[in-house]
Amino acid sequence: MAYVHRIEVRYNTDPRLKVRTERIRSLGFPIDELHVIEVYTISTNLRDFSPDELHDIAALLTNPVVESFTIDKATIANFDTAIEVGFLPGVTDNVGTTARQTIEDYTGRKFGPGEGVYSSLLYLALGRLTPEQAQKLSSTLANTLINRVHIKTRKEYGTEGMDIVVPLVKLPDLPSAIEVDLETEDEELVRIGKEGIADPGTGLRRGPLALDLAQMHAIRDYFRSEGRRPTDVEIESLAQTWSEHCKHTIFASPMDDDMPEGLYKTCIKAATNTIRAQKGDKDICLSVFSDNSGGIIFDDEYLVTHKVETHNSPSALDPFGGALTGIVGVNRDTIGFGLGAKPCINIYGFCVGDPESSPDLYRGENRTNPVLSPRRILDGLVSGVGAGGNCSGIPTPQGFAWFDDRYIGKPLVFAGTVGIMPRTDGVRKLYEKCARPGDYIVMAGGRVGKDGIHGATFSSEALDPESPVTAVQIGDPITQKKLSDAIVNEARDRCLYTSITDNGAGGISCSVAEMARECNGCHVFLDKVPLKYPGMAPWEIWVSESQERMTLAVPPEKLDEFMELLATRDVEATVIGKFTDTGRCVVEYNGTIVMDVGLTFLHDGLPVKFLKTSPPGKGKAGPLPQVPENLEETLLSMLKRKNICSKEFISIQYDHTVLGGHVLGPLQGTGRVQGVASLTRVLPGSDRGVGLSQGIFPSYSEIDAYRMAVACIDTAIRGLIAMGVPLDKIAILDNFCWCSSDEPERLAQLKDAALGCYDGATGFQTPFISGKDSMFNDFSGFDGENNKVKVSVPPTLLISSIGVHPDITKAVSLDAKIEGDLVYLVGETRDEAGGSEYYAHLGVTGGNVPSIDIPAMKARYQRLTSAIMHDLVASAFPVTHGGVAIALAKVAIAGRLGMDITLSGELRPDIILFSESLGRFIVTINPDKKRSFELAMGSDITLIGRVTGKNLQITGPSMRISIPVSELEASYKRPFREY
Amino acid sequence: MNPFTSSKPIDDDDSSIIQDKALIMSGYGINSEAETQSALLRAGMEADIVHVNDLISGRYKLSDYRLLVFPGGFSYGDDTGAGNAYANRVRNNLWDDLTRFLEEDNLVLGICNGFQILANLGLVPAFDRRYERSVALVPSQKGVLECRYVTIKPASTSLWTEGIEKIVCPISHGQGNFFCSKEVLSELKRRKMIAFTYCRDDLSPADGQYPFNPNGSIADIAGITSADGKVLAMMPHPERAMDFVNEYDWPLQKERLLRQQLPVPKESANMKIFRNIVGYFR
Repeated sequence: MAYVHRIEVRYNTDPRLKVRTERIRSLGFPIDELHVIEVYTISTNLRDFSPDELHDIAALLTNPVVESFTIDKATIANFDTAIEVGFLPGVTDNVGTTARQTIEDYTGRKFGPGEGVYSSLLYLALGRLTPEQAQKLSSTLANTLINRVHIKTRKEYGTEGMDIVVPLVKLPDLPSAIEVDLETEDEELVRIGKEGIADPGTGLRRGPLALDLAQMHAIRDYFRSEGRRPTDVEIESLAQTWSEHCKHTIFASPMDDDMPEGLYKTCIKAATNTIRAQKGDKDICLSVFSDNSGGIIFDDEYLVTHKVETHNSPSALDPFGGALTGIVGVNRDTIGFGLGAKPCINIYGFCVGDPESSPDLYRGENRTNPVLSPRRILDGLVSGVGAGGNCSGIPTPQGFAWFDDRYIGKPLVFAGTVGIMPRTDGVRKLYEKCARPGDYIVMAGGRVGKDGIHGATFSSEALDPESPVTAVQIGDPITQKKLSDAIVNEARDRCLYTSITDNGAGGISCSVAEMARECNGCHVFLDKVPLKYPGMAPWEIWVSESQERMTLAVPPEKLDEFMELLATRDVEATVIGKFTDTGRCVVEYNGTIVMDVGLTFLHDGLPVKFLKTSPPGKGKAGPLPQVPENLEETLLSMLKRKNICSKEFISIQYDHTVLGGHVLGPLQGTGRVQGVASLTRVLPGSDRGVGLSQGIFPSYSEIDAYRMAVACIDTAIRGLIAMGVPLDKIAILDNFCWCSSDEPERLAQLKDAALGCYDGATGFQTPFISGKDSMFNDFSGFDGENNKVKVSVPPTLLISSIGVHPDITKAVSLDAKIEGDLVYLVGETRDEAGGSEYYAHLGVTGGNVPSIDIPAMKARYQRLTSAIMHDLVASAFPVTHGGVAIALAKVAIAGRLGMDITLSGELRPDIILFSESLGRFIVTINPDKKRSFELAMGSDITLIGRVTGKNLQITGPSMRISIPVSELEASYKRPFREY
Repeated sequence: MNPFTSSKPIDDDDSSIIQDKALIMSGYGINSEAETQSALLRAGMEADIVHVNDLISGRYKLSDYRLLVFPGGFSYGDDTGAGNAYANRVRNNLWDDLTRFLEEDNLVLGICNGFQILANLGLVPAFDRRYERSVALVPSQKGVLECRYVTIKPASTSLWTEGIEKIVCPISHGQGNFFCSKEVLSELKRRKMIAFTYCRDDLSPADGQYPFNPNGSIADIAGITSADGKVLAMMPHPERAMDFVNEYDWPLQKERLLRQQLPVPKESANMKIFRNIVGYFR
């Protein structure tokens, strides 16, 4: 018998009413007011709450100063349409969980199986909406993939209000593992690989395994030699372990005749190995590629880690949930580095379509299942990363947003985390770990549900209303924060475990099997794994990607202490098996062995693939129009380009000051200009700091992918150099987000970019320490006329940089400082506007993509570092997207000071202003330091003017620009002012 | 005059470590405990970071401490209202210890999420030691978290604000919009319990103007004390800007100082508030 009660909590005067109503009105809904009521649905089985208890519970969930509540009674209000948005069964409901804990604390009784508290939001809209408009509004307020929606008119609402809904997961009981017959026709093997194993009960396919015929043959042959049929658990497990996501087959496979070792070993890993050998005892790397993050030396005692992940597919479906799980997921790559580093900085990157566009694209035929609008995606991504970082108490000072309409089908979401940890605890190197035979396998953190099973599959249509949502996951940052605190603040330093890794893609099937390599075997009892709800099949438990979980190896003698610690921190931990040395991954479920596969086959049995490239056709270069008549107007328009203008609304939604390490933040100067790099103190009391920056030039890729990659590396490095981080203390990370990676032309671009990575990294001697790729960022669907369309992202490489600043008190910001200061251009401008923001503004294709002489740049950067360390530089800012004119404008806006500049050269004036030649900086200095600065910098600097007046004046061959800095600032800040 | 650029040593207070200790609450998503601990230590007071469950279990005792701090954070993810769930955890399990602590000669500090927790516990304003909720920190008018540097100034003299001209430090909250009834507000004013108000750079009142008053707080209120003055609750984070290089405009200030051949300070003037706290126990 279920006892169900419904508590509704509302603001007496809602402070957000105005903003919320305006936002909805701006989307075209004719409403006068949109109120929100918080609803808690409490369902118990064993006993009912008394009216007094219910009153107390409602009071605990209400702030009496500003709110009031009703119990089992409809909220009375003036409205026309009621829309209730709750979660579908099985979707993470953080508010409901907190309310449940509060009630448990108050009553002293824990909720049992089938009991729970479920949160929902009741929107009451005042204003006449047609049923269609109400429906459309509901899809703005909710995401049907994760939310349930119920709409009532005022009349239907009546005095009874909304219906009571308990979103309980109901599943048939205790399914077990099944055997799968692979001794069958190739046709059926292909089908299994593509569509999944057929469910014996329903005959329905379980969703793609992404295994090709060669891989299916390898699996069949293996089990032939074992003399038995494989189970579904084994096939699902192999599919996970061998996936592109885990094994990076495209980067690992031999390519053409000249790369038998594949791109990763030939270009990325080889670059790092070469650099480490060259640098000898100046090598900064401690742990590269082998762990969840890369680790470099911070100082004699500490190391810092960095890792950047992508989370593209989930974010296309649910931008908020996708971005949130992206950021909390990469936090776990920090906690799972070595024996556990402490996350101390988050970074983000978003590539989306123009938020003002509304694409007519559908996943299904006949205008069904439309893609989300770029605006909706951007809003979701921004708040998702914010919720993750802010709730976890990790500052997010660094990131970017890049706009290109080729991202409308599939946005790219980058999320990265820097961590810090001592290099040793006196006995152990904390950046190394090794599970030992006999250690317990402990899963800690959240429980396992059907979340993220076959995460890539988009199968919402087939969802039964009572089946849990599997395609998307919602993170629960607080559960993870509790776990993280318990591990990196306490358990690590008490030596309570020997190894730890994150549960990400593939869940425990990947994390346990990966750790099993350290000791050569594991034995797991799947029925011990704590579940969110009963009724999951063993294969689902094994591969579920439910969030907020880590897997640890705990020695028997430490088990009691470890379990007790986690219990007192309110973190669930469960022994789910033991590490062994049998050479096999054995999985048991209720006394039956459901998986028994050799570790060698599991990890290395993947058949080798050979990749062929063929050079892509060169796009035609469009004609370059005449120099614009009014370059002042051009400059103002350039400042308003979305890839150039201020995205301050993102920076300020992210806590970038928590942990007290803010040195150079996302916004600099009185005029609040967004920098390209940030500097954070990560160790209290230390003079050192961590600089972070990035380089990204998707618009160069189609013209010259090699130069694109070099440009990314140079830009990522240059952002750090401008703040004073020395070149020899910089490491880099790669994230390739490619498209159609089964096409030889795209693979050729990939190869070019990888070669650029090798040359760029070795040229600057900045080692790669970690990377991640995502190879198929293509959208396939239909347009409004039902034509099949494919939208592919431009080949996108993100290079992220991390560097250790030796003395943060010497760091240099980007803003012009003091009237009378001298302005220099460091480096030279060439005719290199191909793929530039300026050409995009003109609509010109093709052209020269910038190239550089790396040894010359290296010397230049070292000289600038020396000038900065000698206090010779008042401000420094790298010239990047938009060229010299944009860089000068930003330096002026940041300082709210004018500049009088003269630019010379043979080039067209618009090219001088907007060419994106690499290796350049705008530097301002104290005039008293002129001699010393020029002496320090040598020949490749040009004195171009002074800081003076209220205007930015630029004169040169046939150009004369004079614009008040206040006007520049207004243009720079206009595009996203209302966001 | 900008105190952060003062040429003489910012503070010549005694920084030796005192006997009395502080307890900094942690757990369930509180996240500013480490920087709060280092601010206190720098001012001369050792602090233990203690998980609320370790207080409940009796492993640590509140009575061993003189200062109790609820630091910033995102306890319980702000679910059921910012600070509410953590306040419920404290009220349901530690209420007697807490009221006893308040009766002794002790201090309580709440910053950001700590303010929200103290307001939900009724530890501020606590007129006549009535611990009931009468002020609230509601969502900012913009409806989202906002992180930016603000300027606040003391609105009354108290042990907390003595000698402070202004504090320039970050806010970072979605629910810091101070609200109370007219009666409560006039009581706060009458009893001089408004500790800090948001203001402009030149210290003139923000008058509710964004972004100087960043969240819509009535009467520009950024912090209040309890009626007996022993509890301070504030939204801005002075502990996040203890060093000169934590100041938003330090590169400009540094450049100005260098050209006047004046020394560049190491510490920010914000440390004064922590020195005041420790000074109380000296």
